[in-house]
Amino acid sequence: MKKLTGAQIVIETLIAEGADVIFGYPGGAILPTYDALLDSKIKHVLVRHEQGATHMAEGFARVSGKPGVVLVTSGPGATNTITGIADAYMDSTPMVVITGQVSTSLIGNDAFQEADIVGITRPCTKHNYLIKDVRDVARIIKEAFYIAGSGRPGPVVVDLPKDVQTAEHSFKIPDKVELRGYKPTIRGNPRQIERAVEAIEHSSRPLFYVGGGVQWSGAAAELRELSRGLGIPVTETLMALGSMPASDALRLGMLGMHGSYGANTAVTNTDCLIAVGARFDDRVTGRIADFAPKAESIIHIDIDPSSISKNVKVDIPIVGDIKSVLVDILASVKGRESIAKKRAEWQKWHQQILQWKKDKPLYENSRDGRKDGLISPYQVIEELYGITKGDVIVATDVGQHQMWVAQMFGFENPRSWLTSGGLGTMGYGLPAGIGAKFAAPDKRVVVISGDGSIQMNIQELGTAVQYGVDIKVIILNNYFLGMVRQWQEKFYQERYSYSAMSVPNFVKLADAYGAHGFRVEHAKDLAKTMREAFAAPGPVLIDVVIPKDEVVMPMIPPGGAMSEMLFA
Amino acid sequence: MPSHTISVLVENEFGVLARVAGLFSGRGFNIESLTVAADPLDPSVSRIVLVAEGDDQVLEQINKQLNKVISVIKVTDFKGVDTIGREMVIVKVAVDERTRSELDSIVHAFRAHVIDIGPHSVSVELTGDTDKVAAFIALVRPLGIKEIVRSGKVAMARAVQLGADNHRHHHSKD
Repeated sequence: MKKLTGAQIVIETLIAEGADVIFGYPGGAILPTYDALLDSKIKHVLVRHEQGATHMAEGFARVSGKPGVVLVTSGPGATNTITGIADAYMDSTPMVVITGQVSTSLIGNDAFQEADIVGITRPCTKHNYLIKDVRDVARIIKEAFYIAGSGRPGPVVVDLPKDVQTAEHSFKIPDKVELRGYKPTIRGNPRQIERAVEAIEHSSRPLFYVGGGVQWSGAAAELRELSRGLGIPVTETLMALGSMPASDALRLGMLGMHGSYGANTAVTNTDCLIAVGARFDDRVTGRIADFAPKAESIIHIDIDPSSISKNVKVDIPIVGDIKSVLVDILASVKGRESIAKKRAEWQKWHQQILQWKKDKPLYENSRDGRKDGLISPYQVIEELYGITKGDVIVATDVGQHQMWVAQMFGFENPRSWLTSGGLGTMGYGLPAGIGAKFAAPDKRVVVISGDGSIQMNIQELGTAVQYGVDIKVIILNNYFLGMVRQWQEKFYQERYSYSAMSVPNFVKLADAYGAHGFRVEHAKDLAKTMREAFAAPGPVLIDVVIPKDEVVMPMIPPGGAMSEMLFA
Repeated sequence: MPSHTISVLVENEFGVLARVAGLFSGRGFNIESLTVAADPLDPSVSRIVLVAEGDDQVLEQINKQLNKVISVIKVTDFKGVDTIGREMVIVKVAVDERTRSELDSIVHAFRAHVIDIGPHSVSVELTGDTDKVAAFIALVRPLGIKEIVRSGKVAMARAVQLGADNHRHHHSKD
């Protein structure tokens, strides 16, 4: 058999695993692999900072459902990926990060650009590897893809010393992955499913609480069928938006800290909470003791057993893949008379929730615009929806703008919403949006950011320009770290400690990068400027100045109960 | 806070102990003792026996988190299981004419072994369950302990389970 170098084996295995796009940055310890990459059909996207590569891979993964692939060098190249790896770990995003490493003979010697990346990434990866022998390269890369993409998805790091890349071995990928310590449960236990269905049929006020797991499992269609079939309303976490179409009356929108009054009041009053691929995050539950206090049964469907009863004690756990479990539940409820008889009662419950929604709608006072003629975030999101008709992939950074979009944008489809939920990584949006465009070149991609967040990875505008990525970036600019300011206003007696920020001239900055820049300060110019900006080709920055006093509401103070919701 | 003994079968590979230990520190769980060695019959696996502190909910999370580690093959939690557990201690005890016979009688009573003798000290090895080891240390302490080293615990389930609350928690992955 013809022998290949370790580097060539890496590339061949990547191709065999279906990696057609990778995001990376070359450097000394990974040069053999970069050399082999040049002759391959894989498309490589050269980023400006390795953190950018990881978020691009996340955006790519979220839209395509396939693991995103990152290729970087040792030492600083590898350590720059940590934030993105931790982000992917928190949001269960499949990703394979291949890091160059100094030669095996130098490991542990404090060699140039050496870092113990396996040690550093151990707590923020699903698994990681240091390959010490060229004979293991194909097997380990194959395993890395399998682990990243199966079960509860997550990031896997493969550390690849330089001498392993140059050593030669015959190339053979194992037929299948054999990991005796890793066998995710796919089918839910039928007895548990039966118990869950019985709990639902005995309930008067059932409610679905769905999380990002629905999207990763590709179970939006089953969720919709079940929710509509039974007439049970759905509230979504930040990561789940788009699972249920915004236009469906059964969709209550987001719950939790910045959730709607309707959704949170429904959680407070439900007698049967059905958690689906969600993990009872503290931003969702608020004070645990007061979360879903009237629930006589809590059902939790999740592929990760460690998510079950971690924060909230669950009555009926179902470990399994969401899609598979929902299919089984659908089969079980079909034709059940006892369920059909419940419909009228559940309909009344749904009507009650809709009344709550109507009682305290989101941003009611913003609907007619601000009296001072300045731009409210509400108008920007309305305008964006008008231009795109909702048919768009939206990526955000972290902060006020993120919550406004989550609350107000009417997502109709899964896999069209990219945001950093668990880790809350500022600087995620622009690279994630670029990555999304590589996964879905025909889709419109918009990034909504803030003046603080955008400056954390603004350098990736260079990547967007180099590859002609048609991406529109809206900066909601209030010259402040807005969410920090909001907390300082509400909880720190308006003492704005180091949260005001000067910003560059974004129009000139865009121009300097070879992109288009626009700026708008008054509500009367908003529609025209946005339409012009969206009509411009290639990457565009739109600097939208908003007033500092705009806040995200409603809000449950951190650690508070849902009943302690603030409205202004 | 109650202590629990957990036996973890892991792949015998580079970094696996760091994965298990890191999980405990990262999640804020306490390890009281830990032993690890390759399985004598199958060197591809290692056995980690650890004693951890926590209530039932913490114990459940520890089990689940351990199972989540890819290199972990099987987790056996000995809660409610009749187990045989052993620890070992080596104590270097100061001795003189007066205390030598006292130490001898303690050694005899505990079925411990003298494994080293010097002009002013005797080193004694004892193997036993946690309580026995603790009692032994308490008795020799007044004689003057010059040096002491105690192992973590190794444990397995008894062949015959007599306990009433007899729910063996097997968290096998298959």
